[in-house]
Amino acid sequence: MQKQKLVMIGNGMAGVRTLEELLKLDPERYDITVFGAEPHGNYNRILLSPVLSGEMRLPEIMLNDLDWYRDNGITLHAGRKVVAVDRRRRVVRADDGTEATYDRLLLATGSNPFILPVPGKDLPGVLAYRDIADTESMIEAARVHRHAVVIGAGLLGLEAANGLALRGMDVTVVHVGEWIMERQLDRVAGGMLQLALEAKGMKFLLQHHTSELVQGESGRVAAVRFKDGISIPADLVVMAAGIRPNTDLARQIGLQCNRGVLVSDTLQTFDPAIYAVGECAEHRGVAYGLVAPLFEQAKVCANHLAHFGIGRYTGSVTSTKLKVTGIDVFSAGNFEGGDDTEDIVLHDPGLGVYKRVVVRDNRVVGAVMIGDTADGSWYFKLLKDQQDIHPIRDHLLFGQNGLGDVGHKGETLAANLPDEAEVCGCNGVCKGAIVKAIKGNGLFTLDDVRKHTKASSSCGSCTGLVEQILASTLGGAYQTAQSKDKPVCGCTDHSHGDVRAAIKAQHLLSALQAMKALQWKTPSGCATCRPALNYYCLSTWPHEATDDPQSRFINERAHANIQKDGTYSVVPRMWGGLTTPGELRAIADAAEKYAVPTIKVTGGQRIDLLGIRKDDLPKIWADLNAAGMVSGHAYGKSIRTVKTCVGAEHCRFGTQRSMDLGVKLEKMLFDMYSPHKVKLAVSGCPRNCAEAGIKDVGVIGVDSGYEIYVAGNGGIKTEVAQFLVKVKSDEEVMEYSGAFLQLYREEGWYLERTCHYVERVGLDHVKAEILEHAERRRELFERLLASLRGAKDPWAERVEAERATALAREFETLEVSA
Amino acid sequence: MSAHDLIDTTGWHPICALDAIPVLGARVVRTPDGDVAIFRNEADQIFALRDACPHKQGPLSQGIVHGQTVTCPLHAWKIDLACGEAIAPDQGCTPTYPVRVQDGHVHLHLVSLSPVAGS
Repeated sequence: MQKQKLVMIGNGMAGVRTLEELLKLDPERYDITVFGAEPHGNYNRILLSPVLSGEMRLPEIMLNDLDWYRDNGITLHAGRKVVAVDRRRRVVRADDGTEATYDRLLLATGSNPFILPVPGKDLPGVLAYRDIADTESMIEAARVHRHAVVIGAGLLGLEAANGLALRGMDVTVVHVGEWIMERQLDRVAGGMLQLALEAKGMKFLLQHHTSELVQGESGRVAAVRFKDGISIPADLVVMAAGIRPNTDLARQIGLQCNRGVLVSDTLQTFDPAIYAVGECAEHRGVAYGLVAPLFEQAKVCANHLAHFGIGRYTGSVTSTKLKVTGIDVFSAGNFEGGDDTEDIVLHDPGLGVYKRVVVRDNRVVGAVMIGDTADGSWYFKLLKDQQDIHPIRDHLLFGQNGLGDVGHKGETLAANLPDEAEVCGCNGVCKGAIVKAIKGNGLFTLDDVRKHTKASSSCGSCTGLVEQILASTLGGAYQTAQSKDKPVCGCTDHSHGDVRAAIKAQHLLSALQAMKALQWKTPSGCATCRPALNYYCLSTWPHEATDDPQSRFINERAHANIQKDGTYSVVPRMWGGLTTPGELRAIADAAEKYAVPTIKVTGGQRIDLLGIRKDDLPKIWADLNAAGMVSGHAYGKSIRTVKTCVGAEHCRFGTQRSMDLGVKLEKMLFDMYSPHKVKLAVSGCPRNCAEAGIKDVGVIGVDSGYEIYVAGNGGIKTEVAQFLVKVKSDEEVMEYSGAFLQLYREEGWYLERTCHYVERVGLDHVKAEILEHAERRRELFERLLASLRGAKDPWAERVEAERATALAREFETLEVSA
Repeated sequence: MSAHDLIDTTGWHPICALDAIPVLGARVVRTPDGDVAIFRNEADQIFALRDACPHKQGPLSQGIVHGQTVTCPLHAWKIDLACGEAIAPDQGCTPTYPVRVQDGHVHLHLVSLSPVAGS
């Protein structure tokens, strides 16, 4: 196939990201030519601030060096500005006469700094702050000059002022607004930030309009004069009064422009052969300046250029999470509020903490925070997902406590951590290693950091800390919050919610069928999506859907837990934690027969046989089956155990027969497959020896009946179970807890524990389904029982399975024969 | 079976019927070289790798197979089945073995197994 020609004008972050996405999708489709006005490869413009302040050097902020262009067969004309485009002949021409023809043209011309139209704006010593050349000029000026004036107290202006101050200059920030960063902060937060910055030696002149830049004897700028007549000395003036989309070329060639170049949801301009992405583009009335939306545009544009045609860009909700010279600042949405909104405010000037969440009809519409921004991404998620916050209003301002409890020495704020502090306790990753990876590899997302450093990729308890490190390293570039619309994995653009709905609506009966129907991008999915799809099909269509063993993690396929040396652990079920001499004898016999090296009592009140070879699994199962024991499902996303205390059967304090009820619950739920593991406990009195307060369903016997608690968790993050209902009889406990678990099975997302599920949908929703509508509760309970009807012991099934199937033979090792 | 019977100058060894390997699954072959995992994907392509992840020697045969990749069951490293290389940014490599299907039978090439090559 003859390759088509793609020409890109502009060599910045949005444009090059589009090319990267395109090369991932279809590396062979285009011959690519890039024109960039700057004489460099693509660099991380956001990190110009640390370069200015001396924390980083230029080579460290390169994202794509010249080798990258060469390795990908891209012709780069660096330092050449395109001056003309002939849309009829489809040719672009640069200022040095270089020409290139195109089939598709991509405009990524970025933005220009807004230069105040005042006398003296062209004097030596007057700069904008936009690119490497500006940064180098500022560094040079700081070496020999003393007084710097920065015009504009937006993010860029404050970063410039901070950098210059760190390089020893005496810096004054001039601003027309009533407070600094008024686009991102409200008056209170702006005032607090200003105080903090003044404490660091920066000076501010608010509500001052510049009238003239005064020339000194040397010919260089010497002072800034204001409309009220006063003037201040200035050897360097930095214009940081905003940016404007660079539409010069687009206007010149007759493309429809407003503030930016107008683009459709596929990032095409009015000439369908010409695309535009990044700061130069205006989509549905908005021209974006933050990196995250630009990367979203890049993805959609690449998708369209690759003729996939399924991506649509529908706009972005943006948040700003920044570190302004060591002070954490966050804002998102409509943080100013209005007549129909309410403010929930926490303000402690002594601690330098201010949080304000703006709410309309129990939905978050905006938030602004300073000092403690750890929960910014949570508020942003609530905002994006339009979640009803009524049930959590009373503790909304105290945050989500999104961090796990352990594994990072109890640290909750990343900004002040030293580089050698361990952030990820699972993989032993220090803060310094994460920062280095972010800077060195040009990482922008949590997923990137997980892939490169493994931090927060195991138990995830340090996710919040890693996000904070990303935010403070990247400043405004980092888009937090994984909304519930996040795709299941890289194989699809569908979210878990979409997939669940489609499986139900389209009656999809297997993971493979679902991948086909939902147009998966990969032929057989991946280790993330296939188990999820398999679960969704089975839980939506019990007895009808086909279980695909190859879409289950090995533990569920082998009905045992894989260990680090490739052996397995076997846990026979002990109903309610009860056992008999016969069972114990059979376990002891099996342990001796198969030379089990380690025997351990588990936290779930049963016995774990560790170090069993895979070939021996069916044999030991057969022996345990023969003694009347079945699988304990210690390996599955399924019902694990029902932990019990001794209860009224023996205990002098017991009010209810907890062992008896525990056994009944465990038998009822036997073989229940669920989004994640499920643990129950039944205590016979409020002393709660079975630790029911940290279980997915915890039952506590009281003299008059039982209290049922749900969505507790004792793992990564201790989560106290929430009170659901009080009932009188064993039968009611079974019905209510069964209905709750069925609701979770039907609505939960794969690998979402009950605590995460309830946090997402809200306890009110659960109560509405289970308490307010007796009919729905009974239906849920009946669906649970129906799906569990005929449940078989997976060990016995495997032992009895026709050994002729390839599946059963998985356990046999093959030998080489000639 | 005498040692003479094992002589196979080509180094190819019959292993099992193709159907004995589950689609999107694997089987383990015990060889003098150590365990070798033979994978089969949805397109009926066959791959053979040493059954040890370059990360912490996890048994790749027990992983989930997708496309030309297997995800290690221990720490979810992804290994390219065709070349044995870990998918970036992870770094490491697992040895691969030549493998082919003839008349519905899987054959594995193990030079070190051949008495000719070994003597």
